[in-house]
Amino acid sequence: MNRIENTEHDRLTFWERLYLPEIAKGLGITLRQMFKPKFTRQYPEERWEPTGSYRGRPVLVLDEDGERCVACGLCSRVCPALAIEVQAAETERDKERYPEKFEINMLRCIYCGFCEEVCPEEAIVMSKDYELVFTNREDAILGKEKLLVPIHKLQDRLEFLREYK
Amino acid sequence: MNWSLLIIEFLIKAIIILTLILLIAAAFGVYLERKVSAWIQNRIGPNRVGPFGLLQPFADVIKLFLKEDITPSAADKLFHRIAPVISLGVALSVYAVIPFAEPFEMGNRTVYFALTTPDVNVGILFILALTSVGVYGITFAGWSSNNKYSLLGGLRSSAQMISYELSMGLSLVGVLLVAQSLSLQEIVQKQALWNWNVFYQPLAFLIFLVSAFAETNRAPFDLPEAEPELVGGYNTEYSGMKFGMFFLAEYANMFTSSLIIVLLFFGGWNLPIPAEWIGLEHGSFWLSLLQFFVLIIKTLFFVFFFIWVRWSVPRFRYDQLMYLGWKVLLPLALLNLIITSIVIYFLR
Repeated sequence: MNRIENTEHDRLTFWERLYLPEIAKGLGITLRQMFKPKFTRQYPEERWEPTGSYRGRPVLVLDEDGERCVACGLCSRVCPALAIEVQAAETERDKERYPEKFEINMLRCIYCGFCEEVCPEEAIVMSKDYELVFTNREDAILGKEKLLVPIHKLQDRLEFLREYK
Repeated sequence: MNWSLLIIEFLIKAIIILTLILLIAAAFGVYLERKVSAWIQNRIGPNRVGPFGLLQPFADVIKLFLKEDITPSAADKLFHRIAPVISLGVALSVYAVIPFAEPFEMGNRTVYFALTTPDVNVGILFILALTSVGVYGITFAGWSSNNKYSLLGGLRSSAQMISYELSMGLSLVGVLLVAQSLSLQEIVQKQALWNWNVFYQPLAFLIFLVSAFAETNRAPFDLPEAEPELVGGYNTEYSGMKFGMFFLAEYANMFTSSLIIVLLFFGGWNLPIPAEWIGLEHGSFWLSLLQFFVLIIKTLFFVFFFIWVRWSVPRFRYDQLMYLGWKVLLPLALLNLIITSIVIYFLR
């Protein structure tokens, strides 16, 4: 003869098997949830301000004496998605080299942050920009004019890097 | 008899009841569902279209109308087209016999606050019969789509609705015995002033409530459209307004079920206090209007209850559903019927 053990009948008390009191309890829980504070962020009106640890759009740092990048090409080399293209040129300034052309293809970028990690000059960092919308492919390739960001806007990220990198 | 006047009266009532009450109630049922589900999940819900998102149902309906209507090439075109019409048509035609308030005097004639014939004496039977026809809509939809998921959904729905109809009908017999009438008008009148049937027939009410959930294919009995297993169930292959008709029919059915629960068990349109206390005579227009609002408020509570349960209780397994229907609710309904008849026999 088959003996079935640990059936629903064994596990539950009489009131639990009746099911209705348990449903009433469940309904009570959901009713209480209705009056709790909501988690929704009303997005276009209420924006989220990321912290320094956020990896948004990679940008080039522009400090008081111009751009930091020396066009060593390490970022382009390390980029796993092949999103960065750098062409170096010579300049009269102390650093001697600068990127004549610096392009990041945002359709390729995967926001891994390797470029930032490998950069010897702390010239390319991840910013807080997360609203990246392009209406065609050409727009998604960002040139230097869109990549250069003044240093005071990137303080959070630079402090984060100094502490944790 | 003045026929033209009758026809005008009928048209006005048809417009008010069918469009204003039913379709808008169904559309706002969708809105309410989204809002309540959002509140239960600590969200806000639709709030972009119009104040508090109140115009969302209209936006949804416009969207549904403008969508492309796709019929699968392997589908049975005729039945694929008929199915949503049956579903919505049945959901609407139930309102032919549901009274919304006491009749009132206007001029020298009595106006009934119902869609058609005053005081149909087989009201409940008509409603039960029509809700059974509603199964055809869903079954046709499942079969004609020529899709295995739709077919399974349609089959499940027909099996479920047929088995729950039995206990639903039997639980109603208790109420009919108490009221000694099949006419909804009379059943409601017998419940005047807190003489609600739910106090005399609590078991029948529970059975009816559970069966109503199964009849309207609502959670926890929404197996015909169980998304994880059946994609969309019987309406997988429907799009555009055909889908919209199923959608509206579901909410109209929910509204109908709530209305019937209120009429049969919760005193219908009876005010909680005698009408004389607030200075309204029986047969006056204002009393009827007030009763109508009382009825709608009670009904809305049950619509809310339907939604509330949907977002609290997980879906049943299919064998559990059949077990509950045949082995629990049906014997209980029979028991309730026997006890009620014995009590009534000795009380008379």
